[in-house]
Amino acid sequence: MSDCHDCGHAKTASALGVVPPPKATVQRLVAIVGPPNSGKSTLFNRLTGLRQKVANFPGVTVEHRLGKAHLPGHHDVDLIDLPGVYSLQPRSEDERVTFDVLNGKKSGLRAPDAVVVVLDSTNLGRHLPLVASILSLRLPTFVVLNMADDLRQRGGSVEVESLANELGTPVALISASTGEGVSSVLRFLTGGIAIPKPVELPVLNDLPACRQWARRVSNDSGYTRPAPPVWTRRLDSVFLHPFWGPLVFILVVGAVFQTIFTGARPLMEGVQAAIGNSGQWLRALMPDNMLRSLLIDGIWSGVGAVLVFLPQILLLFLFIAVLEDSGYLARAALIADRTMARAGLQGKSFIPLLSAYACAVPAIMATRTIESKRDRIATILVAPFMTCSARLPVYTLIIAAFVPDKPFIGPFIYTRAAAMMGLYVLGFAAAVFTARVLKSSILKSERTPFVLEMPAYRMPTWNSIGLRLLDRSKAFLKRAGTVILGVSVILWILCSVPMIDGKAPPIEQSLAGTLGRAIEPLIKPLGFNWKIGIGLITSLAAREVIVGTLGTIYGMEPDRDAAGLQAALHRDLTFGGALALLVFFAFSMQCMSTLAVVRRETGGWKWPIIQFTYMGVLAYICGFVVNRIWS
Amino acid sequence: MQLSVKDGAVGISAWTLADLRDNEEAMLDHIELPTDFALRLMELGFLPGHPVSAAHSAPGGDPRVFRVDGGEIALRRETARHIFLRKH
Repeated sequence: MSDCHDCGHAKTASALGVVPPPKATVQRLVAIVGPPNSGKSTLFNRLTGLRQKVANFPGVTVEHRLGKAHLPGHHDVDLIDLPGVYSLQPRSEDERVTFDVLNGKKSGLRAPDAVVVVLDSTNLGRHLPLVASILSLRLPTFVVLNMADDLRQRGGSVEVESLANELGTPVALISASTGEGVSSVLRFLTGGIAIPKPVELPVLNDLPACRQWARRVSNDSGYTRPAPPVWTRRLDSVFLHPFWGPLVFILVVGAVFQTIFTGARPLMEGVQAAIGNSGQWLRALMPDNMLRSLLIDGIWSGVGAVLVFLPQILLLFLFIAVLEDSGYLARAALIADRTMARAGLQGKSFIPLLSAYACAVPAIMATRTIESKRDRIATILVAPFMTCSARLPVYTLIIAAFVPDKPFIGPFIYTRAAAMMGLYVLGFAAAVFTARVLKSSILKSERTPFVLEMPAYRMPTWNSIGLRLLDRSKAFLKRAGTVILGVSVILWILCSVPMIDGKAPPIEQSLAGTLGRAIEPLIKPLGFNWKIGIGLITSLAAREVIVGTLGTIYGMEPDRDAAGLQAALHRDLTFGGALALLVFFAFSMQCMSTLAVVRRETGGWKWPIIQFTYMGVLAYICGFVVNRIWS
Repeated sequence: MQLSVKDGAVGISAWTLADLRDNEEAMLDHIELPTDFALRLMELGFLPGHPVSAAHSAPGGDPRVFRVDGGEIALRRETARHIFLRKH
C-alpha cells in the first residue's frame, strides 16, 4: 500500500516541474511542522534516531529540536522538530518558537529551506487550514498525512494525488509509528524540491473561510472521514467514569510506586553487588596509598552509591513514557483540573507540573505553553516542589533504612511504597499551597481558560520509549561522571586534610568534618548531625549528591561494615531526624540547574532568589517541627 | 473586546454548551469571549454552523469533553457558558 502512495507522490513531484538542484555546499535545513499530537516527533525520531521527547500530549515539544537525517549516498539533512501549532498566529511562547523559526527570525538559526507538514489523517478537515498558512510562506513544502494505519482501520480514505493537485505540492500518506511510507519523506529530503504551485488560498485570518476551503479541498480529494475511534471511547467510559476514573487513577499511581520499589530491587542489588565487589577487587590489587584511597574511598563509594539508583530511575521514566505516549495523561489532566483550579492554577499548569515529576528543568521550560504571564511565573515557582527523580535515591535510601517493609494496604501496597507515595503527595501539597498563596497575593490575576485536546489512545512504540530511556541513562551517567564525580573528589580531599603523619586524619578532625561541625548547631534542631551537614552542603549542587557524599563519608570511616550505607545511617540518625531529612529534601531547593533555568526563563535573579529562600525556609521550619514531634 | 460571530441565526437564544446533556448534539451559533481565545476555540473546531456534542466529563461534571469537528476538546463550564448554540 505504501509503495503505491510513493509512486503517486513521485509522479506528482515531477509533474510540478521547477526542480532546482540540491545545494551542494550548505546542508539543507528542513522544518517539521504540524498541529499538536499529529506525530511530528515520532517522525522526527524515525528520521534521525536522535533523542527527542515524543508524547501523546499537547504542548510537550516546547523548544525547537535539531537532528540529522543520515541519507546514504546524499548529504545529511538537518531537521528541526517544532512545537505543535494549530495556526501560524502565535499566542503562547512555544507557538512563537515555531513562528520565528519558520520566518527565519530565530536567532542563531537560519530560515528553513523546506517544510514537512505533518497532519493527522484521521482529522483532515480540522488540520488542513494550517497547510494554507504554511503554503503562503512559499517554501518548498511536503504534506505528510500521518496515522495511515489508524485511518484505514477506521474505514477512512483519501486520494493522495488529488489532494496534491489541490494543494499544488506533493502529499504522502504515511504512518510514522509503523514506518509505512516513511521512505517518501526521505525521498523528499534528498530529491529536488520545488516551490508549491500557486493555488487559490483562503484569506488566512478569516477562520470560517479557511474551514470552508478545507472542506472543499478534502471533499475534492475524496476524503472519507474515519469512523469515531471506538476503543478510545470505550476506554474513556472507564477512565473518565465518575467513580471508576479516579479509582483507576489512584490504582495506576499506586502500582507505579510499588513496582519502582519491589520491581527494581533485584536490579539494584545486582548493581550494588557489582560495584561493591569490583571495589574490593581493586582494593586488593592496589598498594595501600593515597591514590587507592582517592579511587576507592572517594570516587568508587561516592559515584557507586548514586549509580545503584539507575534501574529505579529508568523504571520511573518507563512508566511516565508509557502514560504520556498512550494518551492517558491528557485524561489525568482533565481529572486534576478541579484541584488545580482550587489552587488558582489551570489545567495547563498541570502539564509542566507532571513533567516536574521527572525533572524540574524541562518542566519549567514547558511552562511556555501558558499564555498568562502571572500563571506562568506561579507555575515556575511551584514546579520544584514536585518530586523529581533526583529525590528518588535520597528517599529510597532513607526509607529503606528506617521503614520496615510490611503489607500496608492489602497485599499490594507495602509500607515502603506507601511512605514513598506519601512524600509525593507532600510535595504536591506544598506546590498547591504555595500556588494558592501566590495567586491570592503577588501573582493575582483573572482565571485563565482551560482548553485541552483529548488525543485518541495509542499504543506506545518501543522505538520512542527506548530512545527516551537511552536518553535518560545518558543524562544520569553524565551527571554521575561530572557533578557527582567532581564533588566526590573535592570531598575526598576535604576529608583527607590536614594530614597527620602523612595519613588522613580521623574524619571528625578533617576539613570536611570541621565544616560539618561548624554548621551542626544550625541543623541540630532538625535532628541532623555534622555528617548529614556535609551532605546538605554538597547537595546544593544536586539533590542526589548527598547519597554519594554519605557513601564517601561512611566509606572512609575505619569501622566500616559490609551492611553499608543503610545500616550506617540507621545507627547515626534518630527516627525523627530521618523524617526531618525526608521533609527537608521534599521542600528545599537543592539544584543548581533548576535555579539557572528559572533565571533564564524569568529573565533575572529576582525570582530564583525568592524561590530559593522560600523553599529553604519552608524546609527548615517543617523539618524542625517534624523532628520535634517524633523525638 | 468581544467577538461575536453569527451565522444567519434568527434571534439569539441563551442556550449554551454548558446546558448540553450527555451525548446531546446541537449547532454552534456564536462565541462571546475575548477575541484571542475565541479564535483559538475556532481553530480547534468550535466554528459557527458546526455540530457539537457533549461527552465525558471529569468527576463532578467539570471540565467536560466536547466532540467537535472530529476532535475531542475539554473545556471548563465557565468557558462553555459563553459558547451559544441553536437547534439544527
